[in-house]
Amino acid sequence: MSDRQQTYAKTLEMIEPFNKKGIAVSEATRFAQDLEWDSLTVLDFVANVEDEFDVLISMNMQAEIETVGQLVDALGQLKA
Amino acid sequence: MIDLFSKFDPVIALRESLLDSGQTDPFNLVMEKVESPTVAICNGKRTILLGTYNYMGMTFDPDVIAAGKQALDEFGSGTTGSRVLNGTYVGHRACEEALKDFYALDHAMVFSTGYQANLGVISTLAGKEDYIVLDIDSHASIYDGCALGNAQIVPFRHNDIDALEKRLKRIPEGAGKLVVLEGVYSMLGDIAPLKEMVAVAKANGAMVLVDEAHSMGFIGEHGRGVAEAQGIIDDVDFIIGTFSKSVGTVGGFCVSNHPKFEILRLVCRPYVFTASLPPSVVATAATSIRKLMHSADKRAHLWENSKRLHAGLRQLGFTLGTDEPQSAIIAVIMPDLETGAAMWGALLNEGLYVNLARPPATPANMTLLRCSLCALHSEEQVGEILGMFAAAGRATGCID
Repeated sequence: MSDRQQTYAKTLEMIEPFNKKGIAVSEATRFAQDLEWDSLTVLDFVANVEDEFDVLISMNMQAEIETVGQLVDALGQLKA
Repeated sequence: MIDLFSKFDPVIALRESLLDSGQTDPFNLVMEKVESPTVAICNGKRTILLGTYNYMGMTFDPDVIAAGKQALDEFGSGTTGSRVLNGTYVGHRACEEALKDFYALDHAMVFSTGYQANLGVISTLAGKEDYIVLDIDSHASIYDGCALGNAQIVPFRHNDIDALEKRLKRIPEGAGKLVVLEGVYSMLGDIAPLKEMVAVAKANGAMVLVDEAHSMGFIGEHGRGVAEAQGIIDDVDFIIGTFSKSVGTVGGFCVSNHPKFEILRLVCRPYVFTASLPPSVVATAATSIRKLMHSADKRAHLWENSKRLHAGLRQLGFTLGTDEPQSAIIAVIMPDLETGAAMWGALLNEGLYVNLARPPATPANMTLLRCSLCALHSEEQVGEILGMFAAAGRATGCID
């Protein structure tokens, strides 16, 4: 697996506990509209992702991230 | 034309469904008369006030009222001007002197509200390349201060020292850092482990701002707040506070020992571009602050009230926000908004006013009945309050 594939796999794994509707998640899945996460769920999830990848995802950056794919890309840049 | 109000349709629907069930609107109560800091007339009925943040009961203090009346006579009803133009009277300076004496700090700056104090100080201190690290449960005024500025905003899990430290260590080398904490968190009434958190912030080169809105006048030997109670007030760079709780009027402030602090008066937009407080308000505030310096007996009675209400509610079978009373706020956790609203209405029928708090203001989507005690609640009143909770709780099925 490439680095990006590994990050994507890990991200999917971390989404699952918050995927209350049990929807099928892909790169195009949107956090707000498709997963229907409210702001508190987002904060919880982001805290977990930050600790897993040892990065900071500020609220300013979160505002630019709508989909799972965009998060994986952002994580790739933050780790680089 | 797109109706710009369409985005509020879900809130309108939620509100209508609540009112259609015959519920009194919890967010539209009118106080027809106010007899004292602890009693008002609502819907023609004598009502004990248990949700006012009037912790030290200063609103009807005779010295406070006399100072306000005198200032109204001598200086008029308003300043009609900004603090940096025609809006600084001797009363505003006297109020800032009272704050400096109260906190034993070098600088004090009075804003028109506590909300504006957070808005102004946070947005001005942290610039584009800087980082603000804040507790996830921070008050709306702190989040709005972050939104008004240009800094990178990094929240961490509520009261989690380890989560704060990890985030501070991940901030790039050379960036400015501001850690924003509260002494008492107003939703659940829990306090922050400030001693440990401030030590972590300092070890990682951050400045620290603590909002002590809900602890001023009550917590700490001199009523300076949780930072005083935990012995680290000298390590806090900025304390934010309000006049609309223990002080008993309206207004906000920031106090600090930073040598360059006074420049904020020229660069802080929510300070500059608004009218200053009316002379009567700063006169009541200054008088109240000076009296709060010598209110150890009232502080002790308020602690007694808080402990008794906490123990009594728990004995009745209610679920509370904290295991032990940590402040003058006792939060009763309700299973859902419908039950919370029904219980709120039943308490009002009994003659008791508390705050109904609901998402998004609450952590973890909780519905809370938030009780805030006053140093002037008598022992008898606390007994009455517990009786009303027992009756309303049984009537609504919240307790057995």
